[in-house]
Amino acid sequence: MPTTVQTVTGATETMVLNMGPQHPSTHGVLRVVLELDGETVVKARPEIGYLHTGIEKSCEAKTYSQAITLTDRLDYLAPLSNNLCYCLAVEKLLGLQVPKRAQYIRVLLTELTRIGSHLVWLGSHAIDLGAMSMFLYCFREREEIMKIFEMVSGQRMMTSYFRIGGLALEPPAGWLAPVERFLNMFPGRLQEYENLLTKNRIWLGRTVGVGTLRAEDAIALGVTGPTLRASGVAYDVRKFFPYCSYEEFDFDVPTHNDGDCYARYLLRLEEMRQSLSIIRQAMPKILPEGPIRTEAPGIVPPQREKMKTEMEALIYHFKIFTEGFSPPPGEVYQAIESPRGELGFYVSSDGSPKPARVKVRAPSFVNLQALPKLVEGRLIADLVACIGTIDIILGEVDR
Amino acid sequence: MSDFLAQHPILVVSGIKVVVMMLVMMTALAYLTWFERKVVAHIQSRWGPYRAGPHGLLQPLADGLKFLFKEGVTPAGVDRFAYYLAPFLSLSLALTSIALIPFGPQEIRILGQPTSFGIADLNIGLLFLFAITSLGVYGVVLAGWSSNSKYPLLGGLRSAAQMVSYELALTMSVVGVLLLAGSFNLREVIAAQRGFHWGFLPRWNILASPLPQVLGFFCFFTAAIAETNRLPFDLAEAESELVAGFHTEYSSFKFAMFFLGEYASMITVSCLATILFFGGWLSPFPETRFFVWTHYLPTALLAAAGVWLILDGLRYSTLLGKIVLPVLGLALCGAAALVSRPGLLEFVQGPFWFLGKVLVFLFIYVWVRGTLPRFRYDQLMAVGWKLLLPVSLANVILTSLAMVVGKR
Repeated sequence: MPTTVQTVTGATETMVLNMGPQHPSTHGVLRVVLELDGETVVKARPEIGYLHTGIEKSCEAKTYSQAITLTDRLDYLAPLSNNLCYCLAVEKLLGLQVPKRAQYIRVLLTELTRIGSHLVWLGSHAIDLGAMSMFLYCFREREEIMKIFEMVSGQRMMTSYFRIGGLALEPPAGWLAPVERFLNMFPGRLQEYENLLTKNRIWLGRTVGVGTLRAEDAIALGVTGPTLRASGVAYDVRKFFPYCSYEEFDFDVPTHNDGDCYARYLLRLEEMRQSLSIIRQAMPKILPEGPIRTEAPGIVPPQREKMKTEMEALIYHFKIFTEGFSPPPGEVYQAIESPRGELGFYVSSDGSPKPARVKVRAPSFVNLQALPKLVEGRLIADLVACIGTIDIILGEVDR
Repeated sequence: MSDFLAQHPILVVSGIKVVVMMLVMMTALAYLTWFERKVVAHIQSRWGPYRAGPHGLLQPLADGLKFLFKEGVTPAGVDRFAYYLAPFLSLSLALTSIALIPFGPQEIRILGQPTSFGIADLNIGLLFLFAITSLGVYGVVLAGWSSNSKYPLLGGLRSAAQMVSYELALTMSVVGVLLLAGSFNLREVIAAQRGFHWGFLPRWNILASPLPQVLGFFCFFTAAIAETNRLPFDLAEAESELVAGFHTEYSSFKFAMFFLGEYASMITVSCLATILFFGGWLSPFPETRFFVWTHYLPTALLAAAGVWLILDGLRYSTLLGKIVLPVLGLALCGAAALVSRPGLLEFVQGPFWFLGKVLVFLFIYVWVRGTLPRFRYDQLMAVGWKLLLPVSLANVILTSLAMVVGKR
């Protein structure tokens, strides 16, 4: 049972500690093999694969539409972002244009997803550092977002609400009222979180200067998302490669220069504020009536009324749901800014109704590479803070 | 045997006091867990225990039964002696320290023998208490070392380091009080705090002349939270870092013993804070005719609680609650009537104020836990050595200076 044991020669030995896959703060089933000198981390090696679901491979056995439900399970805290990215990729493959109304609804819901995901991050990061009330406060607010998702799509988490060419259903009447309530309630709650943590001496002590990631290291490792922006690089897919009409929205890309856990904390809080602003801009743009799906016979399911009156519509409906549609051969890559960074879907078609290959560029997987850089030479307690602030989701890491 | 006991009635009396005290303490510990869960729940906008009995009042019982009936797993390769000794040490030392606490000013009579209100009345009460509470860390260190597991080992190491950093500050912080009281005896420490500034401001040590012991209290309470391994200093069991720290490998009743030990130390520390800095059982109101009504505060509080319980019980959703809560309320009202009777009225004043103050400290404990994040291991030691120790030393020097100057 050795820790730093004095050997006969007077040299010290290190202790190897398996942190995870069952551990309260590895956020799922991450396993980190630690080499410890006392409590100091000499070496940290993330071991992944404990949540391997084979989603990428499974997509090859599904039609293009069926694969949407699999994407929910990748980053299970931001299912709508995954839906969106996959649908955008397939739409790019097909050359489909989605109606503006559907695009704005997509923007609104993915920004809500971002807030919800950041709330889970804040709660779990805070509970990792011992502030357990924050966890419950954050989940209380996230519940309101969940209710909105449930109202719109019928599901709280595995929404599968975005479909190729538009949305699955017309949102129910009055669905913007709870969004409005959330927008009014949330800024005050954010302020409460800040009151509890931002100037708290213990919180500052645990996060300032902990896990510093310099900009050049972050770029070299391919880190994206809030973790990159907290190191001072203003890269946001929404600004650089706008999709889904993001170019029509006015929002800032907040950055910080310190690159430590505290910078990542402040940055995500600011991102939530920016998301609120985007949602506020999106609400008046969403007209009460209008198409939610594009007209693309043979690809997008026809409206139910048409099915009952038009022969072709019925045939298309039958064809779409029995054998799917066949995009032209080719390959596309589509990236979006998910709550965790650049989420990309590479979809390759061989002209059959099923994708030849789907590859996910998962931000968590890439960001996790930065972990050893952040924690080596620091204490176990800092490791927990760092795992928290790079905000990984194991479902996305292992795919 | 019976002759021997008849010749030494002190043994019988002590035995009775110990048994009564054990029963009271165990119940208090159980309901302290309930209190903590309820308070933390309300801080976190939850309800807390609500299923086991009305308002979750049977929850401690359910938890206790669960601990008793769980299988006690002993991991392979443990150092058996130390492994079993650790939880025993933890709980027994925590309970021993309670024996030193006086709960009221009066002498009580058991079997015709006059005896103090509290188990033991030692001349070196405070020293003995600190000796016992310092031993408590052995429970944690031994548990960490003997478990043959890495997380507990780290927890044990942390606890040892923590103890070294805080024990000194804890002891130094009360030296000011000892200077003021001139005694180690806890009764005399309280007696020295009698009286009022300008006729209304109590001369408790926190407000004492010539130097209020505010710094001392700050150091004492901070160090005491660290001493009891509670948030924000619960490094030895930091669940997000070390899974469960020193008690990772403990299950069933062995775990419960650690758990109870922690709560017992919380109670001891709260009692000590009350005694050393807040006048123990002394009432905050002067003994003048104008304040005679304050003698009926216990009655009023008990009666109010009783009436509230009855009303709440009648509205309660379950049948059990509809029966139990009003009965409890009636009992409280009965107690209220009882303590307003002349003989008892005087008797309950001391314990009432004492327990009231202790409850405030317990609430602060829980409040802190619900609000603050956890310190890091090195920061904790920095706070101990670089902040608390110098401040408490400064407090000692300032107090002695003030006393010397004040005497002139």
